[in-house]
Amino acid sequence: MRRREFLTLSAASVGGVLVYTLDRQVSRLSAGSAKSIRIPLRFFFQAEALIVAAATSRIFPGDETGPGAREAGVVVYIDRQLAGPWGRDRYRYTQEPFDEHAPSELGYQGKAMPQQIYREALKDLTGFDLLDTTAQDEKLKQIEDTLFFSLLRRNTIEGMFCDPMHGGNIDMLGWQLIGFPGPRMSNYDDVDKHFGEAFRPKPASLSQVTRGNVRPSEDEV
Amino acid sequence: MKTLPAADVVIIGGGWTGLLMAKELGSRTALSVIVLERGGPRKTDDYANSMDELDYAVRLRMMQDTSLETVTFRHSSGHRALPLRQLGSFLAGSGVGGAGEHWNGVCPRFLPDCFELFSRTTEKYGSRRLPDDHAIQDWGVTYDDLEPHYARAEQMMGISGKAGNLRGKQIEGGNIFEGWRSAEYPTPPTKIPYYSALFHEAARMLGYHPYPIPAATTSQPYTNPDGVARPGCFYCGYCERFGCMVGAKAQPTNTLLPVIQKRKNVSIRTGAWVRRIVQQDTKNGKRARGVTYLDAKGEEVFQPAELIFLASWILNNTRLLLLSEIGEPYSPDTGKGTLGRNLTHQVIFPAVTAFFEKPLNRFMGSGSAGVRVSDLDGDLLDHSRLPFLRGGVLDALSLGYRPIANFGVVPETVKAAWGLEWKKAAVHYYDRTGIIVFSGEHVAYKGNYMDLDPVYKDHFGDALLRLTLDWRDNERNMAEFATGKSVEIARAMGAKEVTLFPGLKRYDATRYQSTHVQGGTIMGSSPDRSVVNPYLQHWQIPNLFVLGASVFPQNASTNPTLTVLALTYRTADAVVDHYLKSPSPLA
Repeated sequence: MRRREFLTLSAASVGGVLVYTLDRQVSRLSAGSAKSIRIPLRFFFQAEALIVAAATSRIFPGDETGPGAREAGVVVYIDRQLAGPWGRDRYRYTQEPFDEHAPSELGYQGKAMPQQIYREALKDLTGFDLLDTTAQDEKLKQIEDTLFFSLLRRNTIEGMFCDPMHGGNIDMLGWQLIGFPGPRMSNYDDVDKHFGEAFRPKPASLSQVTRGNVRPSEDEV
Repeated sequence: MKTLPAADVVIIGGGWTGLLMAKELGSRTALSVIVLERGGPRKTDDYANSMDELDYAVRLRMMQDTSLETVTFRHSSGHRALPLRQLGSFLAGSGVGGAGEHWNGVCPRFLPDCFELFSRTTEKYGSRRLPDDHAIQDWGVTYDDLEPHYARAEQMMGISGKAGNLRGKQIEGGNIFEGWRSAEYPTPPTKIPYYSALFHEAARMLGYHPYPIPAATTSQPYTNPDGVARPGCFYCGYCERFGCMVGAKAQPTNTLLPVIQKRKNVSIRTGAWVRRIVQQDTKNGKRARGVTYLDAKGEEVFQPAELIFLASWILNNTRLLLLSEIGEPYSPDTGKGTLGRNLTHQVIFPAVTAFFEKPLNRFMGSGSAGVRVSDLDGDLLDHSRLPFLRGGVLDALSLGYRPIANFGVVPETVKAAWGLEWKKAAVHYYDRTGIIVFSGEHVAYKGNYMDLDPVYKDHFGDALLRLTLDWRDNERNMAEFATGKSVEIARAMGAKEVTLFPGLKRYDATRYQSTHVQGGTIMGSSPDRSVVNPYLQHWQIPNLFVLGASVFPQNASTNPTLTVLALTYRTADAVVDHYLKSPSPLA
């Protein structure tokens, strides 16, 4: 067992409101307070988590039009996915021979699993979180054609809009941003109405809708 | 190897076709029937907690586990094939119900001329008009043969729709181009959400004949002729890649399983991974003795049976016959052999992505709530002056937009794919974007086929199936034509900006297209050119039948499930009424 790693975030380090999830509990920090929170990490080391938090918030920045990856807890989502079956290639066909130079129409043919792709790429981004945002954008432009960046971008969108049980989309911030109500059991009375007008029911998460015990895939052993 | 007590019937695969055959034989005969399903058990109420886009639609919880088995792929026989390490262009299902659990439920009949494609096309245009290298064939059944079975399949599922041709009388508002129907749909059309309604109006204005898509997501509560009741659809939008949480979408587990479970002569064994069909020589020729499988505990056992149905989805039907050395593998070089030939997919793509000013509320819908235009389908256009044969349909489905899959699409004027400018545009357009999807016919070619891969193995050491597949000019030209037509409709719908499909280049195994793969064990009227006869009975082994779209000689543009079920009903009748009385070749 490796030493337990935490992502420690202080409210003073960011502007606006930060919302983070500690397991299934949401914690809020506002810029004015002196508090900090410690989020247990399943895969990343703290230094890696800080880089991923910084990079995903350049891919999907928060701004005056709404929150972004930092506020939605995307790094927490990615950490759990990497520690879970997806990060370990549990369901991918991984028999040899591999061919790193295969035509793109055949999909990813490499040997490295997502855990390794992240860990390798993050080594080259040491200190990324300490750069100013212009330098961060420059750095990301240099790697935007890499497999790592395409995973990071995809995982950022997943972490913004997944059900909150997966660690991202905290407080359903992502869903509120785009007017998605989550898993709404019935639209029967509305589906053929509201033509041309935004119909925006209040979002509810899966556990709120079903009141059941839902087991997310990243918790599979 | 342990030999289990003999059964009258073994059915390999517990999806739509396997369970339909189990229901028919279980209800109409006293035979002992065993269904072998390699995935896990499922029941109707398994899906109450399944409305999670990440685990189901992105991580594909209901699909085949590719770590155990996948297929290899190459574009032509000159290339080295590589494994599809994750599912991409199609999504093979797993578990009881198979792909019938996670489908969208779009449920049309095929056009009558599809079944006589070679005869009709050469009659009209001459054989020189057929694409080079084509392998187009007639099916050995006609639409008229299948019509009563189409009607039964629709009644079993309670399909919602509006007839366009009742016993030869055209009816405006339905699909006026469809073949004749003996009866109206069992339930009225689904509700039509805003985006699909915009498409309906625009298409009508342009002179097309749009109609509500025939839907297995039933529009109202329905009780089928077997006495199985289901509620109507709530338009939650979680159909494709999900099981229905209320049971409104017809699935094997909510239509067939309730009947099967009442039959003491039918049992379903899950976790049963069939590895071989065992054949023997007799003085009357070959017959199948039974199957070997790994049971749920991993022990290899032999299950003897008098009658075997291979019903394990397209690719595994072909693979299991190849592994069992039943029939002659097809060779594209010599043209000899029939097993593995005529692999087709479907010419399906988002022809146009349209950006609107007003929000569309696209989270509401169902997998088959929408509007279709069939004016370009089959041979409805005169192809003498077009650079392709056959055609397809244009769909504006309101299948319930979910954010992980759909966020991030922006007009071409936005160059960035990440960062603030992209985010703002993507947030703005998230609910202002719609696609018109073209589904076109993929005809068969001599060079598109399946055989066993010489390098890659499954988890148990058996060779993977190898797909050799690519597009030809007929498909590329069809795609370009359909894209042009779609743009006209999108503009008429009021789209402010449009993005056109870039065109079909090489077959892309990573882009989800559809789970409509066909061929490999094709049906036909001659053993020289097909694997099974028109009753889906193996030409060489009369006590072996093959069910599913692996028997389609070629793709027929639209969604295949209803035709798969109609063919299965027809085979069930032939088995009960003729084969069981005199077990011998039916054709």
